[in-house]
Amino acid sequence: MTTRPRYREESSFKIHGGCGLMGICDESGELMSGEDAILAMAVQHDRGNGLGGGFAGYGIYPEFADHFCFHMMYHDLRAKEETEAYFDQHFLLDLAEPMPTRPVKGITDAPLLWRYFMQPYPNKLEESEMSGEDYVVRAVMSINASIDGAFVASSGKNMGAFKGVGYPEEIGHYFRLEEYEGHTWTGHNRFPTNTPGWWGGAHPFALLDWTIVHNGEISSYGINSRYLEQFGYKCTLGTDTEVAAYLFDLLLRRHKLPLSLACKALASPLWDEIDRMPKDEQDVMRSLRAVYGPGMLNGPFAIVLGFNGGMVALNDRIKLRPLVAARKGTKIMVASEESAIRAVMAEPDLVWTPKAGEPVIARVKGMDWPIHGDLHLPPSEISCAVTGTEQSCDSVEVNA
Amino acid sequence: MAQTKYKTEPIEGYLHVAPEVRVEGDITVINSNAVYYKELNEVIREVVAGGAKHLRIENVNGQRYIGTGLAGKDVKIEVHGTAGNDMTMFMDGPTIEVFGNAQDGVGNTMNAGRVIVHGDAGDVLGYGMRGGRVYIKGDVGYRVGIHMKAYESLVPIMVVGGKARDFFGEYMAGGMLVLLGMNTQFAEQPLVGSFLGSGMHGGTIYIRGTVESWQCGKEVGIAEANEADMAELTPVLADYCEAQGMDLEEVLAEPFIKLTPFSHRPYGKLYAPM
Amino acid sequence: MPTSFIQPEFKVKIDYDKCHKCGRCVQQCGWGVYSFNERPIPDDSKCRACHRCVTYCPAHCITIEKNTLAYRENDNWSPDARKAVWRQAETGGVLLTSMGNPKPYQRIFDHLVLDACQVTNPSIDPLREPMELRTFLGSKPDSVQVESDGNGGFKLAEGEGMHNNVKLDTPIIFSPMSYGSVSLNVHKSLAMAATRLGTLMNTGEGGLHADLYPYQDNVIVQVASGRFGVNPDYLNRGAAIEIKIGQGAKPGIGGHLPGEKINKEVSGTRMIPQGTDAISPAPHHDIYSIEDLRQLIYALKEASGYKPVGVKIAAVHNVAAIASGIVRAGADYVYLDGFKGGTGAAPQVIRDHIGIPIEIAIAVVDQRLRDEGIRNNASIIAAGSIRSSADVAKAIALGADVVAIGSASLMALGCHLCQSCHTGSCSWGITTQKPELTRRIDPEWGAEQLVNLVHAWSHEVQEILGALGVNAVESLRGSRERLRSIGLDEQTCKILGVKPAGM
Ligand code: SF4
Ligand code: SF4
Repeated sequence: MTTRPRYREESSFKIHGGCGLMGICDESGELMSGEDAILAMAVQHDRGNGLGGGFAGYGIYPEFADHFCFHMMYHDLRAKEETEAYFDQHFLLDLAEPMPTRPVKGITDAPLLWRYFMQPYPNKLEESEMSGEDYVVRAVMSINASIDGAFVASSGKNMGAFKGVGYPEEIGHYFRLEEYEGHTWTGHNRFPTNTPGWWGGAHPFALLDWTIVHNGEISSYGINSRYLEQFGYKCTLGTDTEVAAYLFDLLLRRHKLPLSLACKALASPLWDEIDRMPKDEQDVMRSLRAVYGPGMLNGPFAIVLGFNGGMVALNDRIKLRPLVAARKGTKIMVASEESAIRAVMAEPDLVWTPKAGEPVIARVKGMDWPIHGDLHLPPSEISCAVTGTEQSCDSVEVNA
Repeated sequence: MAQTKYKTEPIEGYLHVAPEVRVEGDITVINSNAVYYKELNEVIREVVAGGAKHLRIENVNGQRYIGTGLAGKDVKIEVHGTAGNDMTMFMDGPTIEVFGNAQDGVGNTMNAGRVIVHGDAGDVLGYGMRGGRVYIKGDVGYRVGIHMKAYESLVPIMVVGGKARDFFGEYMAGGMLVLLGMNTQFAEQPLVGSFLGSGMHGGTIYIRGTVESWQCGKEVGIAEANEADMAELTPVLADYCEAQGMDLEEVLAEPFIKLTPFSHRPYGKLYAPM
Repeated sequence: MPTSFIQPEFKVKIDYDKCHKCGRCVQQCGWGVYSFNERPIPDDSKCRACHRCVTYCPAHCITIEKNTLAYRENDNWSPDARKAVWRQAETGGVLLTSMGNPKPYQRIFDHLVLDACQVTNPSIDPLREPMELRTFLGSKPDSVQVESDGNGGFKLAEGEGMHNNVKLDTPIIFSPMSYGSVSLNVHKSLAMAATRLGTLMNTGEGGLHADLYPYQDNVIVQVASGRFGVNPDYLNRGAAIEIKIGQGAKPGIGGHLPGEKINKEVSGTRMIPQGTDAISPAPHHDIYSIEDLRQLIYALKEASGYKPVGVKIAAVHNVAAIASGIVRAGADYVYLDGFKGGTGAAPQVIRDHIGIPIEIAIAVVDQRLRDEGIRNNASIIAAGSIRSSADVAKAIALGADVVAIGSASLMALGCHLCQSCHTGSCSWGITTQKPELTRRIDPEWGAEQLVNLVHAWSHEVQEILGALGVNAVESLRGSRERLRSIGLDEQTCKILGVKPAGM
């Protein structure tokens, strides 16, 4: 790549693709190595085409549980220097180190990968009159937008996203995920039909501690993105994943819908079904559909939303993408294929195909909701943070 | 998957190696542990071409296309593990018995043969199936028996021992689809989801128990199975029970209903030629 | 001097060899084209090409041709322009006409194409899979607030959720057409059809005849500047109330139903004396500004127990700002009527030269309401020449919640678009009050024709949704990403929010 990549380069067209995914969570909070996640994705190798793979792990940095961990991708040293200068100014840095990787055949063109464990400077934070989360989002936004060649892959506490161009098992191996232990893991295998082949574009899609992996194609993208724009979000990436992420943000954080209802709004039951519900439930569902109709994700999809405290897997309303779930003891696992589950979970207690639009929810015992921490920023700043545009994002054209 | 844990090599779901093959009596045993589907299926085709009649494939987990396109009426294949997507697609003759669950797409456009799954199976089973029998022991997912069709002497039959989700028998054009609702892990859920037989314009669906009319597609008529129906159904159930080790009497202890389409041309009136 | 410079537009030709001499044409023609002297003798100058005689002639021996009379070529002075001058010189009058703008303006709908799914996402089979058209007309909150129901579930928090919306089984409703401009049998046909379809008809400004009371749950009652037939009972009968500010065919112009049309029944429904002219002033004289509109909206809500109140306006240049004002004034829906919308009678100069296309109006209003964060507060109804299910789908993709059909619904009842409604002699018995003509429409038959049309279009919209890979109409609504333009200029594309094909 000759020019320095910025995330928004992905935005010039709507990106199509299919994929495979997995998620596993031990509700007891017990930790598992990343190896299982890799294996689960390796078994689903044929669901991707080697143009994107990635993982998110939660609970992986217990020794820095109170620190925001930035996983950084740099195109070159200058980007790194500029970013580190920025960090120096805004954060109390406890550890900066290259991401541990190992050479893997097939993984080429890797950017410089670094991670930083930091906390906002207390006085700067106070001056800013923001919460720690808001402060971090601002930082993510500034870096993605104003430092060419730098991209924040994840920025949450006690978690991290590991992703790149390659098959997921290669990416997982490259990042030495078997050396990490987490209570929740999600994984993704990408089959883009067109791709700029850029590391930042792989899944999971992450901000603070929440991540999304997604399989399918949302046919209602056009209205979903226009709906989000109404609330100030800017869908500049042109990906379904981005739309899904902002919709969760809107429904869960801003409209404070319970998770189960947010899922019902995004993968609504059919009217026939609603008409048969008891009155109170019917009233809720009618309102949900009428009010959030433009946000309904229509078309085939399976999604896993990961957060510090668990995960939610959700299928479209008439189940056009595969999703299998299993439970063994306190572990809940979902994947696109049962073989992925069998590969890592010998003799599960229960294996089932979740119903269309019915979320599979795993919550780690004793961990707090909500998933966004103490976030108050307006949506344009949240979306800018992810997409790498600053205040000027109003002028970013989807079809520049 | 009983696979050694790699530290220095990438973890691979499947390896591009030939599976190990051994002969035990008249059974050819293939150990598919972590073998990529391509190499596995190549060996299956090879040994069948070499005259093997009874195969046992061990340690299957998600390998796709087992038995796909395979011919040979007297070939019998045991699959131990979780059969991958599109098992027995286009199959024309063999018997495949799965000791475990099967994933999506079993019996896709199958022509002839027998598939016996001693477990659950996924979505879109028997899509466009034209002949042969598929016997699933447990629960199945969405769009099962979709567009099954009959042609001359080819009459496909699928029996599901557990429960089914939405769109069971969608677009059905021929053959027989049977749902028992017995071997299920979803005791509290309905026998079958919505859009049962939606777009059905041929064939017969038998269900042990009852369904609400709202569950059915608008093209479907519901009736109690009469004597003639039971005479048609009972031999199929007997064969199924034998294959699945179930008690026929217990299966027959509950009454069946029969779903048939109102018309072979449900949409004749929908179009207005210009 | 000749009585007129204007030559007949059409020639009525009868093949007398085939003619049965039955006289049916004489009896069928509402305009008195035929006299009978052993055989029917047409007077070409009266013919309006409504095809009533042609349709009913048992011998199929009548044909209507264009008068091919040559005019000296002049691109600037078309024959129509010349005729208009002659007519006005002869009469000194404002040219009166009816139905929608026939001028060859660009038809934007015909320059928009829809998308379909291939491989990366599946199309859906609309016949066998659910394909939902249900639409709610009215104001929705921005979010849904719930509270625990005490058994692990949720119920709506007190006073929250969607209220006072009208449920429609299809996003196609019937446009307002008043009793008076159309016959009672037409009104009954529309009301019965709306009830069977689970959709709405609209009284227009002429009140609600008692014969329509059984269908009142599927009726929008209109309040226009003439306030004909408006009383508390009327307001309480409708499913929704509509304030008519303007009409696409004649923005800024009032209405005038001549006294001859005010027979006993019309008089009773409009609550005005028989034989007097029914005059609708150009503006509502209690609305000179937006805050007055708000006052009227809330007066209607108060009087009706808070039924949805919508506002119908003609699509004019500033439509986005006006619509925003209407929504902020508390309207539950905005009805946009494009400049090709029909009318029972309008000055030709107004019909043909005022207003903007509905496609543009939908696009700018939908966008403005979104930009202001008030799109959920009101539904958008779009009308003004919706000619097919394709137009329905495109209007919805541009951002309309619902479309209203007027001309198309009259065509379902036989209208041949002869643009002569203002004469009050419609041969098809539609826009007339003459009993010998109005009885030509049997409401039962009329309802069936209308139900057929809307069913067919609804099915076609479902086919389109299926091709788009979505199974609910809300996923098409405003999804301009699924539209592309062919042959529209860049500026228009930008206004429409639609990319050119290939992008
Ligand atoms: S209706 Fe036809 S057949 Fe009868 S008189 Fe007229 S032209 Fe002749
Ligand atoms: S309603 Fe009657 S008069 Fe008016 S255009 Fe149609 S046919 Fe002609």
